[in-house]
Amino acid sequence: MSWLLAGAIVLPLACGVLGLSLRPHRAMQQMVSLVAGIGHLGIATALLVKVWSDGILVAQVGGWPAPFGITLVADHFSSAMVLITAIMGVATIVYALCDIDQRSLVKDFHPPLQALIGAVCGAFLTGDIFNLYVWFEVMLIASLALLISGGRKAQLDGAVRYAALSLVATTLLLSGIGLLYGMTGTLNMADLHLRVQQVENQGLLSVVAILFIVAFGIKAAVFPLFFWLPASYHTPKVAVSAIFAGLLTKVGVYSMIRVFTLIFTHDVGYTHGILLWTAGLTMVTGVLGAASHNELRRILSFHIISQIGYMVLGLALFTPLALVGAVFYILHHIIVKANLFFVAGAAERLSGSSDLKTLGGVYREQPLLAALFFVPAFSLAGFPPLSGFWAKLLVIKASLASQQYWIAAVALAVGLLTMYSMTKIWVNGIWKARPASAEKPPPLSRPNRALLLGPMICLAAMTLAIGLWPGPLYDLAERAGHELMDPSNYVQAVLGSSETAALGAGGGVVE
Amino acid sequence: MNTLILRETTRVLFTLILVFSVATLLRGHDAPGGGFVGGLIASTACCLYVFVADAKDVRRLVRTDPLKTAAAGLALAILSGLIGILLGGRPFLSGEWAEIGGVEIGTPLLFDFGVYLVVVGAVLTFVLEIKEPGAVPPPDSEK
Repeated sequence: MSWLLAGAIVLPLACGVLGLSLRPHRAMQQMVSLVAGIGHLGIATALLVKVWSDGILVAQVGGWPAPFGITLVADHFSSAMVLITAIMGVATIVYALCDIDQRSLVKDFHPPLQALIGAVCGAFLTGDIFNLYVWFEVMLIASLALLISGGRKAQLDGAVRYAALSLVATTLLLSGIGLLYGMTGTLNMADLHLRVQQVENQGLLSVVAILFIVAFGIKAAVFPLFFWLPASYHTPKVAVSAIFAGLLTKVGVYSMIRVFTLIFTHDVGYTHGILLWTAGLTMVTGVLGAASHNELRRILSFHIISQIGYMVLGLALFTPLALVGAVFYILHHIIVKANLFFVAGAAERLSGSSDLKTLGGVYREQPLLAALFFVPAFSLAGFPPLSGFWAKLLVIKASLASQQYWIAAVALAVGLLTMYSMTKIWVNGIWKARPASAEKPPPLSRPNRALLLGPMICLAAMTLAIGLWPGPLYDLAERAGHELMDPSNYVQAVLGSSETAALGAGGGVVE
Repeated sequence: MNTLILRETTRVLFTLILVFSVATLLRGHDAPGGGFVGGLIASTACCLYVFVADAKDVRRLVRTDPLKTAAAGLALAILSGLIGILLGGRPFLSGEWAEIGGVEIGTPLLFDFGVYLVVVGAVLTFVLEIKEPGAVPPPDSEK
């Protein structure tokens, strides 16, 4: 079934190409993109179903056997991430049908979006660490094209910071990969898992691990490397910032989890100790930044950072329960965060402002929109019975179980501050009467309203469903967490049993 | 930038660099080189030309929309991966070989050529966008 794995990456890329060749016919680009998104959703669903029933799926690209060629691997974690990417893709494409319409200055939205989706899936599915770097580069180029399209000055300003920091991150990543290759002679992640155990200079390995923490940390926007994110995420079109907010930082977190469960587990006290402090500081600084801002998308951008802290916390604790929590947290967060950006965009569109000072009257004029804000916002804050409550519960329970009481206290306090911040938006932006000075924009046509609100309703329904029936997602997260904690199945699926046995016996180092 | 020396040197270098880039592309199969590096070398030639000529001249020289060149390259690269699947149900990106005039030509070369086009097309898009300020909408025209 290797075509499922390759298809999840190739289909969006191919449709990006098709979209580019259809320039400048925007209506056709939109159609291609929509069909591609739905097709991708089908492939991603089939992939997760297959992994759920048969276990880890592996494809050797080009038929080259494992440690030499590029391997594509779908375990529970990566296939769940691919599915959530596909869901976000469809939601964004539908939302963009109204948000970025025929008259918009944004000329090319769909081709780079498809390339971005393909690259993100590539990063999730690859089992080769150099290939992971390549997907990061593709992601950077596609996201840069999305970030600057429209060409406003603020966008260019944000894009320059984004590009500069991303280039630093990828350079560090490349150096780390080079050093790792020099020490072990392999790039295949499953093979690396075995080879790093035989590296004599474990101190050097820790240094390389730090390079990876910094590189992925910039991508994931953790403390103190996050400042590019609030500078750039509020500038592009809403559809663009929604998919960025939902997906991009999570690719950094995903890679961090992958690398720090599969490769760098030689000195957990040191590397994961650093991650623990990072997680705590990320949570606190993010939420404080959010409290100090008044513009909707800026507030939400800072909340991304603070929430990333919870996910890194799950990794840093490095217990099975904590990893289950981290996986659950990521999956819940992607849905919630993208939806919040959608709502912010719709509020801006329907009431003419994104600043809390001039925004108002949403509750009276757009009760549905107010309800659609309520679900993801209070899920983010961890209100029971919404999805965020279970995610926070898992992570905090895991930190209590590992007797890290201070970090549990921090997580709870940050949850409270998140609640404060969301209440601030609710009171000032939604509940308050429309300020007299504020002008009301012309109402949207009925089909446009449906395109704008449809994706939000679906995502909010998913948040509610996860909140009320957390069982299925918990089962998925549990399987994923246990696979991460004990990578022997992953290694065996990639390399086959013979190699594992030979190396396990301490013998077969092939030079 | 546009001096006599640069213009005359470019006249000579342009062809030389392009030839070198193709050589790099072809030797890339089992020696250092390949589509990505070859493409970068070719785009330096194009960049030189952009420095000494108008963006309009460059567009006339390359004939197609550079973005479409990049798209065509990506399509070629994907196609090279599909050939193996179509011919014998082999995995994605398998190498398939055929002998043409005593030389074995395979899908990896097609893939490399695709990458070459992607790189040239992408770099030219960036450079021409910067060279032609009129093509970019004025700042804050959306508001």
